[in-house]
Amino acid sequence: MSILVNSDTKVIVQGLGRTGQFHTDKAIAYGTRMVGAVHPSKAGTVHVFEGQTDASGVPGRDETYRVELPIFRTVREAVAETGANASVVYVPPPFAADAIMEAADAGIELIVAITEGIPVADMVRAKRYLEGRSVRLVGPNCPGVITPRECKIGIMPGYIHTPGRIGVVSRSGTLTYEAVYQLTKLGLGQTTAVGIGGDPVNGTDFVDVLAMFEEDPDTDGVIMIGEIGGTAEEDAAEFVKSEMTKPVAGFIAGMTAPPGKRMGHAGAIISGGKGTAAAKVAAMEAAGIVVAPTPTDMGQAMLEALGR
Amino acid sequence: MKIHEHQAKQLMAERGIAVPVGRVATTVDEAVAAVRPIVEETDNPVVVVKAQIHAGGRGKGRFREHPDLGGVTVVTAGVDGGISAAEEAVRELATKMLGSTLVTVQTGPEGKQVNRLYIEQGIDIARELYLSILLDRAVSHEIVMASTEGGMEIEKVAEETPEKILRADIDPCVGLLGFQAAALGWGLELEGEAHANFVRFVRALAEASAEWDTDLIEINPLVVTTGGEVMALDGKMAFDDNALFRHPEVVAMRDVSEEDPDELEAKEAGLSYIKLDGTIGCMVNGAGLAMSTMDIIKYFGGEPANFLDVGGGANAEQVATAFQIITRDPNVKGIFVNIFGGIMRCDTIATGIVDAVRRVGLEVPLVVRLEGTNVELGKRIIDESGLDVISATDMKDGAQKIVELAR
Repeated sequence: MSILVNSDTKVIVQGLGRTGQFHTDKAIAYGTRMVGAVHPSKAGTVHVFEGQTDASGVPGRDETYRVELPIFRTVREAVAETGANASVVYVPPPFAADAIMEAADAGIELIVAITEGIPVADMVRAKRYLEGRSVRLVGPNCPGVITPRECKIGIMPGYIHTPGRIGVVSRSGTLTYEAVYQLTKLGLGQTTAVGIGGDPVNGTDFVDVLAMFEEDPDTDGVIMIGEIGGTAEEDAAEFVKSEMTKPVAGFIAGMTAPPGKRMGHAGAIISGGKGTAAAKVAAMEAAGIVVAPTPTDMGQAMLEALGR
Repeated sequence: MKIHEHQAKQLMAERGIAVPVGRVATTVDEAVAAVRPIVEETDNPVVVVKAQIHAGGRGKGRFREHPDLGGVTVVTAGVDGGISAAEEAVRELATKMLGSTLVTVQTGPEGKQVNRLYIEQGIDIARELYLSILLDRAVSHEIVMASTEGGMEIEKVAEETPEKILRADIDPCVGLLGFQAAALGWGLELEGEAHANFVRFVRALAEASAEWDTDLIEINPLVVTTGGEVMALDGKMAFDDNALFRHPEVVAMRDVSEEDPDELEAKEAGLSYIKLDGTIGCMVNGAGLAMSTMDIIKYFGGEPANFLDVGGGANAEQVATAFQIITRDPNVKGIFVNIFGGIMRCDTIATGIVDAVRRVGLEVPLVVRLEGTNVELGKRIIDESGLDVISATDMKDGAQKIVELAR
């Protein structure tokens, strides 16, 4: 078991530009079931992906792959033709929110939005549009979702992951890789790793993912990686305290971040004295979460949490 | 992106949102010339001279060169002396203010140079209120915040008397509705004409906020005049950088003299850089990793000199630019490069570092930690370059080494 994605997940890509092509190729090499693309100006053609299979990906495949990916004008057409249930969005920022809403309208169950730099107002509208629909949005401005050796949706390097029983959820891309790499080195594989993204308005927050890991029988513990800005980590700590039985470890980036400055991510800003790392660490520790003192100790913190 | 008060007021005025009459001046003569038309138009001999910088606390702030002078000064000389007396008083103030450094609670001790002034009509204030429109991340939409406690720091009000903060959610589908605006007005203890004026003001502002893609609009104080008018006595606006592509009129208002030149250069190169006060320069890929690299330097007793995220897909040229910006800082006594290559390949970073060092030279210790995609190739490029680079096995090792070397 796992959460969000597995070997049955059928994925379309929205936005088959240079970035979309690059990562679609990596996903196919990993063994993700990429079934189609939406890119109106190339609709009606196929894009051929071929190369060496990623040995760290889905097992039992040939050493090379060749896929003719059909390209559609709309998500609706792509879903009708391919039966896709998930979508990954690489559409450029001015059009990305529209792409997200199009996917929701077409009945896609899981939308993973990688695009960085979507206007906040667009995401506010998109999130409102998604309300009441049976769709989950992960991101935007995130690395994506991976269930090791089953399905990789997004831009993370596949080979650092290994199957196992730890859930990973994070606002930061490279810190997720750091955590996953440490877990793998300690022999702690992952059920699923979820990047929820660094934007102030996102589709899925810590609490959503923690709840899914709590329900997942194959997840034994969770590591959550937060950063300054907003109160999602405090809300997550509250949830861990009241609702979770599984051990949780964590880390917060931005202890030394000056207030009022946006630290790379649109959402990483301490404003009006709110969203400090110290407040988040305090809330997490009060909820019984083992917080790593440095990012190098994230794997160890998970071990410690499991041993408690 | 931030704009000046006078620009915010211009934007509001263009939409019929009530603001005082005023004129911007970048020279003493322009400031003096602004007085007569303002006095004649408003029939009020009182004018206010307001320093324009991208920081709050101007009224209480003081000029370094003129410690008795505040950043917002009311000129009453015109009441008895007529327009020419007001003009002379403004001339004296403008001469002192322009080119001088205003230090406020928000500028930090180094202050900010004042390059433009806003000359504005005096207002007969009956009440000072607070009004802002901003994103509430917890609910993923904009809200209106209002308070009877105008002219005060809103964070303080929120902490000490939270019951005095009113809020209304703005549904992105329908905007701020009439009944919400009316309730806010009554909450602010406004009645009659003033209430009607407030409702008009806040609805127009909420609509404008959505149209302009603002991050924040803060009117503090929003004043009720003795005549029952409701107008923005101050105006602070910041815009969503990601939405600037659809607002050329806002981009045209950018005042680059208010921005750090290194941060600006970095932004133009597609890098995210923030200057700090420490001695250890950092170059990292990914915002979260970059922040935690600063943290781990501090953890081991050092002080980071900057935040620098080269992003997920940086090329060798961008890496070289990043390196130049870091080494330009005279406080930097050591550099820590911390890369976890995902999309970013370690050999790209390594090539960029080698290029940059050859180009700009290296006078301080450099510790490099590479991990991830093409790590062996990256390490080999650095080893074979013959440069004096210290390798680190992981982040902790790297941070300890650079803190030690930079002492």
